[in-house]
Amino acid sequence: MTAAIDIVDTPGEVPGDVVVTDVATGRPSGLIRRAMRLWRTRVGLGLLVIVVGVAVLGPLFAPHGETEGVGIPNKSHVDGLLFGTDKLGQDVWSRFLLGGRSILLFAIVATALGLLFGVTIGLFCALNRGKLDELLMRSIDIILALPSLLLTLVAITTIGPETWLIIATVALTTTPRIARVTRGAAIVVVERDFVAAAEALGESRFRILRSELLPNVSGPLLVEANLRLTYSIGIVASLAFLGFSTDANGANWGTMIQENRLALAVQPWGVVLPTIAIAVLTISTGLLGDGLARANAGIDRGRSE
Amino acid sequence: MGVAKFIIRRVLFGVATLVIISVLVFLLTQLLGDPAKAILGREAQVKATLLGKRKELGLDRPAVNQYFGWLWDLVRGNPGKSYVNGVRIWSFMGERVTNSLFLVVLAAVVSIPLSLAIGAYSALRRDKTFDGVSSYSSLILAALPEFVIGTFLVLLLSVKVWHLFPAVSNVRGDTRPWNDLKGMVLPSLTLILVVLPYVVRATRASMIEVLESDYVEMARLKGISPRGVLWRHAMPNAIGPTFQVIALSLAYLFGGVVLVEKVFNYPGIGSALIEAIPAHNVPVVQFIAMFIAAVYVLCNLLADVGTILVTPRLRTKLS
Amino acid sequence: MSDARALTMAGLRIEVEGRGHDIVDEVDFSIEPGEVLGLVGESGSGKTTVGLAALGHARRGAKITGGIVTVDGHDMLGLDEASLRGLRGRVVSYVPQDPGAALNPAMRIGKQILEVLETHHFGDDKACRERVAEVMSEVLLPSTPTFLRRYPHQLSGGQQQRVGLAMAFACRPALIVLDEPTTGLDVSTQAHVLTTVRELCREHQVAALYVTHDLAVVANLADRVAVMYAGRVVEEGPTMTIFAAPAHPYTRYLVAAAPDMTGDRIMVGLAGRAPAPGSRPASCFFAARCELVHAECLGELPALREIAHGHKVRCTIPFAVPASIEQADPPPPLMIETRPDAALSLDDICASYTGIEVVHNVTFDVQRGECVALVGESGSGKSTLSKSIGGLHHEWTGTLTVSGRPLAQSSRDRSTKERLAIQYVFQNPYQSLNPRRTIGDSVARPLVIGGAGKAETARAVGEMLERVSLTAAYAHKYPDQLSGGERQRAAIARALVSKPDVLICDEVTSALDVLVQAAIIDLLADLQRDLGLAMLFVTHNLPVVRSIARRVAVMADGKIVEFGPVEKILTEPEQEYTKRLLADTPVVPTN
Repeated sequence: MTAAIDIVDTPGEVPGDVVVTDVATGRPSGLIRRAMRLWRTRVGLGLLVIVVGVAVLGPLFAPHGETEGVGIPNKSHVDGLLFGTDKLGQDVWSRFLLGGRSILLFAIVATALGLLFGVTIGLFCALNRGKLDELLMRSIDIILALPSLLLTLVAITTIGPETWLIIATVALTTTPRIARVTRGAAIVVVERDFVAAAEALGESRFRILRSELLPNVSGPLLVEANLRLTYSIGIVASLAFLGFSTDANGANWGTMIQENRLALAVQPWGVVLPTIAIAVLTISTGLLGDGLARANAGIDRGRSE
Repeated sequence: MGVAKFIIRRVLFGVATLVIISVLVFLLTQLLGDPAKAILGREAQVKATLLGKRKELGLDRPAVNQYFGWLWDLVRGNPGKSYVNGVRIWSFMGERVTNSLFLVVLAAVVSIPLSLAIGAYSALRRDKTFDGVSSYSSLILAALPEFVIGTFLVLLLSVKVWHLFPAVSNVRGDTRPWNDLKGMVLPSLTLILVVLPYVVRATRASMIEVLESDYVEMARLKGISPRGVLWRHAMPNAIGPTFQVIALSLAYLFGGVVLVEKVFNYPGIGSALIEAIPAHNVPVVQFIAMFIAAVYVLCNLLADVGTILVTPRLRTKLS
Repeated sequence: MSDARALTMAGLRIEVEGRGHDIVDEVDFSIEPGEVLGLVGESGSGKTTVGLAALGHARRGAKITGGIVTVDGHDMLGLDEASLRGLRGRVVSYVPQDPGAALNPAMRIGKQILEVLETHHFGDDKACRERVAEVMSEVLLPSTPTFLRRYPHQLSGGQQQRVGLAMAFACRPALIVLDEPTTGLDVSTQAHVLTTVRELCREHQVAALYVTHDLAVVANLADRVAVMYAGRVVEEGPTMTIFAAPAHPYTRYLVAAAPDMTGDRIMVGLAGRAPAPGSRPASCFFAARCELVHAECLGELPALREIAHGHKVRCTIPFAVPASIEQADPPPPLMIETRPDAALSLDDICASYTGIEVVHNVTFDVQRGECVALVGESGSGKSTLSKSIGGLHHEWTGTLTVSGRPLAQSSRDRSTKERLAIQYVFQNPYQSLNPRRTIGDSVARPLVIGGAGKAETARAVGEMLERVSLTAAYAHKYPDQLSGGERQRAAIARALVSKPDVLICDEVTSALDVLVQAAIIDLLADLQRDLGLAMLFVTHNLPVVRSIARRVAVMADGKIVEFGPVEKILTEPEQEYTKRLLADTPVVPTN
């Protein structure tokens, strides 16, 4: 088809797009600005700030130590304590304030590593669509055939829950998904004429990657990275819940839920507080990601609206 | 015929995937560290004890032999012996596998039709109240880790707010799952809620794409009734992608089993896995990992093949 | 009596849902049985929306808020959904623009045609099948059971469109609405489809509302024409009259922008764009672009008045001729000497796509200062050939010489100087500029690569932007702030900034509106003459070449079928293919 494109001659109106009054489309600041207009993004961001605040700054306000025994175990009302004691007689509130750090740290580092490797692989594959690309994609299919949590569990069977191992396996399951999304988005961009124009001019591969490809895939990439972060938080918390945290006695929201479950009927706070914290953390990143996804979809939407 | 050839190639790829995963699992469990050393702990410092243990567990053979031996046995239905008590694995795993299967099937039978219906209805009443509510609920449910959902349900329906269902499963020994239906409610409800958002969102998206397509508009402009448009033009074209999602949701259910069984103390393969890990019971872990991987690969296979069979355009492209 | 008319529209108003902006308003026209009315307009004119309103239908985001639409006596806007359904497909039917997308991919085509008949209770099974066979033969498609069992994707684009026509004519409706039905079809298929439409309408006395942007098609098919601009009908009258003596300046521009094969007049374009819904002034909408604007135009929107029998116009000064059209002189013929070192020389070029040869033994040359047009339909291999020359496609053999120097196959193996000597302008202005870079940055790239200094680059960029009728201030804008025409100008600026020897233009106007197309072609012709460029102008639109090229190469199935001076090829072609192409191409009649 020679005249396959809708004939449009109006500024800012890409064929098929909704006519948008704000002309700042396509650029990363544009994406974030558009996303912030949705209230769900704002709510998500707000909640995230609160939870991260608790996790990061909480330790500064904890009245008691992590493993400090302060009273009779499993009592929900104890003088001087906000939420009572847990199963070892430790202060629930203090352990709660201290319990978010390691989850956040592990999840963020693993996701960042996954992002780094995934973007590199994805861009590389999009540019070199040959045998290597096929090989890498097939390998990705294979790694994705195993659920992420399972992979980590298998890995820690013999060695035990080491920090580097947990981060490595979570990064290993994040990388392929990011690579896939990056490659998918990059392929669309690579087929665009302005990339062909740059190649015809003789621009170096590296420059094309940096100036033409990367800025134009940042939208979907941001969305996927956020999704992966949510997921990584879930895996790390799940590992702690299953009893596989790196510091068996340390305060950790996931571990707290598991160890205080038995006393749930008499002392709910040891379970309720960390559960709500994890829930709010994952929901907030989820809301944020959804806002980004909607803003991104609005930028290159078809005729549907 | 092209379709048969495609199916065969796809099956072969699935088998190859499983083989590669088995290598990966083997590497992670037996070559990252030494299981014998892990089991013995401090006793491993005594060289003789260590060597003896390794011999006992069959770890003194060359790695390649161990791998092929294990694989060959596995394929013939013999997952080996437990490191913990030397008992043949299949003797006690069989029951666990059935337990997990029962739980998954129960969750699937309820969640899949329910989520298809919710997704389709959301698409039909797009941007109205129902759609808005289901969209937000899906968002929240998808973000929450499985054990958080399970714990919430326990707090809500079992311990704190209402006391309708037991917090812990009573299935053990002679009590089979079908004898403890009340205890099955919360675990299956958790699994249902875990999988619901994915299927609802995917169904909604593919329905919307179909409902907004040119050919659906054309059908309306031909004067066809809304019911005719829905069932003759929209549905047949929405099935293909939905197939994928259903197959994948079965896979997700199996993945979620690990956490849910722990929350509710349910004796399935998930909890078996969790018990085996601190004990460094490598064969058990290997077996369960391969089992779940096989389920995943099978579901993906069914998804791919099913989609091809249901979409005429892809069928004829092959032949 | 209005009841005898096939279609009457009176005061039709359609708004953007929720915002109240008008998409179309004050639309009045009617169609007699058996008559074809061409509804002409560019994008954003609202013509598709009007077409759908004839079926009482509005797309998502639009709402019909006023007016009367009567089809064969039925009040379309006053009926409930159930009654409307009874009329759609039976009394009034629709032929969509994209037949491939409008057919249900999961239903066999025979069933889809049968469905229309069954839905409207045409008769028993036997009667329905007989009608299906009848209507299939009318659109020149086989009615064998095997063919009817095919799925839409197993048909070609032309066949799919015929199935669309068959569905539309099945119940012998009173009115058919055709929405740009030949978009994307090649010229001969288009000619066949148009003939079929004309014959069927005549045979069954079916009225047709033919919505299109293509004036040439309308000139050859429609009995009457209504011209739309920014949601209003600005002129309506018999086809012959409208083309011979257009009353509204916009219509004049449309006619002047149509390519003329005789060479007696050049294409005249018009920059600017129609106001979108929500930005329309209370005065005449066209005033912002019109050369003849005067005080009265800025008051109120003129009403649609009848100035002659059957001829209405919405203008304060009908029949006036804008200066740019009046003063348009054909350019002086070029004297090009044939020199041995032609600017671009192709010798025995064969190009392949993943191993399959698609371009066979192409040999021709382009002289310095001359424009050679490369004409071919889709699938002819012209794009592959032009991309190979430009260094974008690497699978080719043969000798390619630019200014005497042979070039390597791939742009990577060419020197910077060689790469900058041959520049390329792409078809799609929405994809040829990096959305994340300013126009200035994009245009400057060739200079930066060539090693120019900062100051020199900035100056050259500013100059070039002015040359293509954009201002130097555009250097700081981003592509999404520009219209399609402006983006294409920027792309041209980028291609010319390094002063190349050869410029390749690949279907550069296909994605643009009619008036803007003409303006871009004007620009290219001027630049080519002023800079003494050698230009290879690739297009599928044969009539256009007269305005810009000196020689033309006609390409089909990967081979050059005919090559020679433009006047000769367009008036006395030697090859069968060229003759057929010319015969099938509709043209706007010249005065």
